Amino acid sequence: MTGPDALSLPDSPAALATALETTGYLADEGLATAGYLALKLDRPLFLEGDAGVGKTSFAQALATATGARFVRLQCYEGLDASQALYDWDFSRQLLHLRTVEATAGATQLDPDVLEASLYDRRFLLARPLLQALEGGPCILLVDEIDRADDEFEAFLLEVLSEAAITVPELGRVVAETPPIAILTSNRTREVHDALKRRCLYHWIEHPAFAREVAILRRRLPDVTERLAADVARATGRMRQLDLLKPPGVAESIDWAGALHALGAREFDPELAAMTLGAVLKYREDADRVRDLTLEALVGHG
Amino acid sequence: MADTGITDGGNGAHRDVTEVLLGFARTLRHAGVAASPERVQTMLAAAETLSVTDPTAMYWAGRLTLCAEPDDIPTYDAAFSAYFGGTSLNARPAARTQPQRIAMPFGVETPTGGDGQRLEHAQASTVEVLRHRELVALSAAERDEVRRLLALLGPAAAPRKSRRHRPARRGDVDPARTVRRMLHHGGEPARLARRARRTRPRRLVLLVDVSGSMAPYADALVRFAHAAVRRRPSSTEAFTIGTRLTRITRPLRHRDPDAALRACGKAIPDWSGGTRLGEALKAFLDRWGQRGVARRTIVVLFSDGWERGDPALLAGQMERLSRLAHRVVWVNPHKGKAGYAPLAGGMAAALPHVDDFVTGHSFAALEELVEVIARA
Repeated sequence: MTGPDALSLPDSPAALATALETTGYLADEGLATAGYLALKLDRPLFLEGDAGVGKTSFAQALATATGARFVRLQCYEGLDASQALYDWDFSRQLLHLRTVEATAGATQLDPDVLEASLYDRRFLLARPLLQALEGGPCILLVDEIDRADDEFEAFLLEVLSEAAITVPELGRVVAETPPIAILTSNRTREVHDALKRRCLYHWIEHPAFAREVAILRRRLPDVTERLAADVARATGRMRQLDLLKPPGVAESIDWAGALHALGAREFDPELAAMTLGAVLKYREDADRVRDLTLEALVGHG
Repeated sequence: MADTGITDGGNGAHRDVTEVLLGFARTLRHAGVAASPERVQTMLAAAETLSVTDPTAMYWAGRLTLCAEPDDIPTYDAAFSAYFGGTSLNARPAARTQPQRIAMPFGVETPTGGDGQRLEHAQASTVEVLRHRELVALSAAERDEVRRLLALLGPAAAPRKSRRHRPARRGDVDPARTVRRMLHHGGEPARLARRARRTRPRRLVLLVDVSGSMAPYADALVRFAHAAVRRRPSSTEAFTIGTRLTRITRPLRHRDPDAALRACGKAIPDWSGGTRLGEALKAFLDRWGQRGVARRTIVVLFSDGWERGDPALLAGQMERLSRLAHRVVWVNPHKGKAGYAPLAGGMAAALPHVDDFVTGHSFAALEELVEVIARA
């Protein structure tokens, strides 16, 4: 698991935006500045925004653009050290023990040596946080931090501020280059101030019409310009409708992809009604949009 | 300091820029964004990294470092354009500026007979009588006593099973610890280690109606919320609803109830205003509830159900809430009155989606509520 030794760091937010664009991610000025400052100041970046605005894909794009490794840690309730930091490979340790016993035969084994050989680096399973510290520069995505419990936040804070993990049996693992951490949250609970204070904070908005068309065209090169514009206009209006779950960019990409797969070259109300499930995930929302008639959504007025 | 490209000047220019930025941070703090010294330090570093002569870069340098939540952003935008002169740099309009500051009525003065006279009657068990008295009908001295009692309440939800385990005598086999134990014995099978689920406090969400019709109870109910937040600061959320939704969890974290209530009073713009339960509830579910704050929680709504908006909207939102929450408790102070029937438009619409319908008109009733919450 060896990555490049150094990141290719852009020298301005605009340069980062250009680099991100080559990977297919179109970042606006605020997000590009946020990413640039995170790289430059070595600060974790705390991203919030509605579901589907591209928080996770931003981290992936940033890794590609800077040539860093990408390590993702998905948080969930009950996430603990053995799943986030490291774990010992017990079965391999046992096998090793048996093998040593079998080959040693009658000769006396030194228990200390034996024990030391059991707690060797090769028996240590690196989980995401340890992976991020070992082996070259890396973008560490800590996804949906709000889902983990506060105990986890405490040790994440320690790992991020020291860029090191202590394994009692083995010693301290220190990162040569501290990972660039990107934390995302859906605000299901408030993240501790101690953690937030260390981070840069950015709220990602839904993209404006022109940017969304550009994103669609970039992600789905086969989709016609006309269809992309219609889909962007329709999802843009849906976001104003006060729905239970307003569609994000991820949904508009799915929708445009679905329409294209059915052979649409421009917005077709009938096909749109059939594929509405790609963009709206609640029955109530779908009913409301159908009532409005889909033509009203793309109408140029 | 490295070259920031401010001007061709030397140290003097640097100091000027730093002073300007510090002044801006001060303005922002006055406007209500908690720009801590550490954040301000980061802002200075960020401003140095970017070009300070470019107002847009300046805008982002400040916003990325000084803001900590979406609510801060409109305030930041307003403060930025005010401080750096009229130009709005972000497309996002400063929709919501400072919360309006309105003096709030702490409790109500309802002199029902002189204090001395009343105390004579109830010498033996003042507290007992007080516990069952209508919260509206208290004299000033009694109100102080009830406030003291309220601060002693500790409403807390029953724990739920978490996904974490702890070592236990009986339960499922814990593979990691068992194998570790085997290693200690040179690989020989040892006694099985077992584990059980840990418990975690279930989240409690309190929604307090502070509209005009609830005004006589609002003080006591916000104090009740304070007691709950103090008991379990990390797993309790409190909001007020009226014409709009206000999150009061943060101000309620003050240790002192009076200080907490003063802080709330500053935060709540619609104290004693009208009621738009449906809309406020929708705002809660959209911004907080559906994302997770209401999931698997106990939601307690304090309201008389007097709805000025459309009851159908309220019914729809209550249905949504009941699908998300573990249990929905509705506290209506009027329920304790003789001859009360839940006929008010909003109340009738909401009732089918409520798990527990309780009264909250006296201290004793609030004590019962504590039990309902603990049992739920």
